[in-house]
Amino acid sequence: MSTTINNEFSHDEEMEARIWAYIDGLSEEKSFIEQLIRENAVWRAKYNELVELNQLLHATELEQPSMRFTKNVMEEISKIQIAPATKEYINKYIIRGIAAFFITVIVGFLIYGFSQVNWSAGNASKHAGIDFTQVDYSRMFNNTFVNLFMMANIILGLMLLDRYLSSKKKQWQ
Amino acid sequence: MYTTPSDTDIIQQVLKGGQQAYATLVERYQNYVFTIVLRYVKSREDAEEVAQDVFIKAYRSLADFKGTAKFSTWLYTITTTTCITFLRKKKLEVHSLDNEKVFVVADNIDGGMSANQVEQKSKVNMVNEAIKLLSPEDAQVITLFYKGEQTLEEIAQTLGKEVNAVKVQLHRARTRLKDKMQKHFSAEVRDLN
Repeated sequence: MSTTINNEFSHDEEMEARIWAYIDGLSEEKSFIEQLIRENAVWRAKYNELVELNQLLHATELEQPSMRFTKNVMEEISKIQIAPATKEYINKYIIRGIAAFFITVIVGFLIYGFSQVNWSAGNASKHAGIDFTQVDYSRMFNNTFVNLFMMANIILGLMLLDRYLSSKKKQWQ
Repeated sequence: MYTTPSDTDIIQQVLKGGQQAYATLVERYQNYVFTIVLRYVKSREDAEEVAQDVFIKAYRSLADFKGTAKFSTWLYTITTTTCITFLRKKKLEVHSLDNEKVFVVADNIDGGMSANQVEQKSKVNMVNEAIKLLSPEDAQVITLFYKGEQTLEEIAQTLGKEVNAVKVQLHRARTRLKDKMQKHFSAEVRDLN
């Protein structure tokens, strides 16, 4: 019994959903729905019911605030200023600089890493021809080159922190 | 011949320093915003305060309006977030879409309203009353679709949802509205027929 009710309900729901899509002009089976409404009494009755509700919904009126509403808003905004656009907070050159820096670092590491590989050593069948045991990682992370990059990174980080804190300070003022 | 300035023209004017032009935007959208706020906030005084806050926030962030979407869509997004923030501050219960308790709460709100208290026995008023009994989410999606001149895509943008999710939400909201009308106003509907 409950299965029958559930089936009937889901069928009814599906029918309503298809009719609503047709009423909203969003149906992809327009002519088929039109045919069903024309030929099937159940579909026609449901369509009439939903069309009436749709018309009532279109006929509903909006609520109105008090007469002083606009005046109140204008009085309030006269005390404040429009905030600058969010995008203006961020300097494009800084973003591009950081992006360029990281791309350079990644490319640098890749070039350096690959240059350290002894391509002729080891068994070619292992790890697609690369013997990772041959890579000297200690040399990659222990030289002036890496230290310089680290320093530059720290300086850029401090610059960003400084910008962030000064913008926060401006907001508080 | 006088043509009504577009929202974008007014915004440009305001951004150039013509603060008074903003009054036109407020006049244009105050009823839409106030109606949506009333879907969340039941008291008219609170709703008026929240609606004012929406326009003040919109003014403050006007420079951020990129014009990629309609101004109304952008404004309704601010309206929704402002309402949710207000409810959180007030620690009121925010009803979820599929929570059946919504109907219990809504029915309780309606507890004191008998058929005689329905102000005007017209079907439109009944629909309006029935909308008030819906959850804020259901009422909002119906208001945006029928009164806010928003497409499903724009509503999806406003609510931060997928278009299909909004389609389903709208369908469910209308079904619940129909149920509410049958439950609370069936006698009036019979009288009118």
